[in-house]
Amino acid sequence: MSKKINILTNGILKENPVLVLLLGMCPTLGTTSSAINGFGMGIATTFVLICSNMVISMLKNFIPDKVRIPAFIVIIASFVTIVEMIMQAYMPPLYESLGLFIPLIVVNCIVLGRAEAFASKNSTFSSILDGIGMGAGFTLALTVLGSIREFLGTGKIFNFQIYPEDYGLLAFVLAPGAFIVLGFLIVIVNKLKTTKN
Amino acid sequence: MEKLKSSFKNMLLSLALISIVVAGLLALVYGMTKEPISQAEKQKQEKAIKDVTPDFNNNPTDEKFEIEISGGDKLTVFPAKKDGKLVGIAVETNTKKGFSGEIKIMVGFDIDGVIKNYSVLKHAETPGLGAKMQEWFSDTSKPTQNVVNRKWNSNMKVKKDGGEIDAITAATISSRAFMDALNRAYEVYLKVNESDLQTQESPE
Repeated sequence: MSKKINILTNGILKENPVLVLLLGMCPTLGTTSSAINGFGMGIATTFVLICSNMVISMLKNFIPDKVRIPAFIVIIASFVTIVEMIMQAYMPPLYESLGLFIPLIVVNCIVLGRAEAFASKNSTFSSILDGIGMGAGFTLALTVLGSIREFLGTGKIFNFQIYPEDYGLLAFVLAPGAFIVLGFLIVIVNKLKTTKN
Repeated sequence: MEKLKSSFKNMLLSLALISIVVAGLLALVYGMTKEPISQAEKQKQEKAIKDVTPDFNNNPTDEKFEIEISGGDKLTVFPAKKDGKLVGIAVETNTKKGFSGEIKIMVGFDIDGVIKNYSVLKHAETPGLGAKMQEWFSDTSKPTQNVVNRKWNSNMKVKKDGGEIDAITAATISSRAFMDALNRAYEVYLKVNESDLQTQESPE
């Protein structure tokens, strides 16, 4: 049982996909210009991750080794397309700000990475737990990153004004700010991890 | 179950089966979401029209028509009518002069050529800079940058181009593109106005 809990919590800090494994940098840097965008991207990726992990672990004996990557990609891509269509139909405002990045989930290394490294070798239940854990870690990292960038850049967190926008450092909303904040976050996480050990 | 061997037959079979199942699933979801998606897009368009035109009680999306402007592009016009009388138009204008990608704006004019309001439908300008165009040009407390409720004149350009509108700080390219889109919309207004006056005057 404790092993299962380990799988679940692994992704949140110890093997956080963004801050420790450094996977999926493209959506991480691109979508985190505000907290809500980062959060939305995280939730969408989590959904795809859980679904693809589940299906791939169920089909792992049916997929011959030599064609496993194309098979994984087809499965992941179809889940992404489903997420995109559902979002467009029922959550138009979120789709507007994330629409451009949704197709990028297909090539997000986390999803394919977990399919290859975990789901294709473990039971369905463990794979779902792994998907939830990794997704939570990804969402957490993106939300924190988005909050810091939004706060420093525009003085808001989740669109809630904390100090006047005019004093914000615009660079943090743009691409350079993403790299800088991500770098400092990785430093903090590394520091936490080494002191723990 | 034993893991399937990577024989040619197995590989073909498993990939084909996965693809077929997935295609069926996608078709299902597509069919389910098709109606809500077009509904959401229509609602967005209708809301934009409502936001930018004077009070109307017809259905502008049913009466839309296209007008060709110089350069050969066609822009869509949504006439807003109250009790059958034209009170203003909403023009879905666009420009390719933006900082990144196309900008689409719904601009509303009343019958006298005064900009009632506008609504940025689509853009990919830099967040924090060019992306501010929805708020910047409609800030009625700042007369040098506001275009809303302004009667059209030949100075509807950014100051750097000799006009009278303040460009967005650090986003002159986006501001120029915005004014370009507005100018294109105004060209449409002129053409509509011309033809409308003719139809109104002819019976007299």
